[in-house]
Amino acid sequence: MKPGVGDVMLAEGDPNVSEDEQRLIEEFRRQLDLGMWAAVPTAERGHRQATLVRDFAEVPRDAERIVFFPPASGG
Amino acid sequence: MTSVAVASAVIVLAALAALAFGPELAGSLRRRLAREPRPEPPPPAWDPGRELRAERRARELLADVVSEEELAMYDQLGFLSVPGDGREDSGYAYLLYPHRPIVAYDTGSGELLNEYCVTFPDRSEPVTGTRLPDADDVLAKWLTLHGRERELIAVANMHVPGRQVDPDQVRRDLARLREWRAVRRARAAA
Repeated sequence: MKPGVGDVMLAEGDPNVSEDEQRLIEEFRRQLDLGMWAAVPTAERGHRQATLVRDFAEVPRDAERIVFFPPASGG
Repeated sequence: MTSVAVASAVIVLAALAALAFGPELAGSLRRRLAREPRPEPPPPAWDPGRELRAERRARELLADVVSEEELAMYDQLGFLSVPGDGREDSGYAYLLYPHRPIVAYDTGSGELLNEYCVTFPDRSEPVTGTRLPDADDVLAKWLTLHGRERELIAVANMHVPGRQVDPDQVRRDLARLREWRAVRRARAAA
């Protein structure tokens, strides 16, 4: 999520392919180093949920996407 | 022959000049570059369609993440209602408005409970501002409430209802939400 832009594709690949996984992990870490929060949307029997993750290992292997967004602060 | 001699003389003179003045010129250039900060990149040209395109992309992402019912709720009512504690039977829920505080309410009585003032400012590229598109702001709240409700509530500034959001407007929104859900249920049953 970016102001004035909307969502931007940062990286994509198959985590079961070693090279792709490495690239995904690097981008994941880069975003967290920038201070972003990472959320993995999930759907179970039509019920939509989300999990916030702090480590790539927490991301389900079959996750379709990770959404990075700025951290919350008191308004 | 003469031209060859002239060319040779020019090359020799250039080489001597480079040896004599080169280091001084290079040093001077380095000092000047160090003194003078690089000019800021020009801001992007004003684009009145940029925010609209960003909003469309944000809505597409929202559509990919939330349920069909929630997307319809956002499109038709302008807000989302998210059950507290991730359970419909928790007894409370949140209204998520774009760029306005989250409002907690009692799902049984409709009583307004609290306002939670929270923002998601992105300061990574000040040129494009810090404000997410509306649908992204709502989605950020939705993701965080589902993923870390307690953390979000802890970060937010909590106030009694009415601090920033008009309580009468929220009550009207809750009435609209009840009617909207009743119509959907009736259509689904028909």
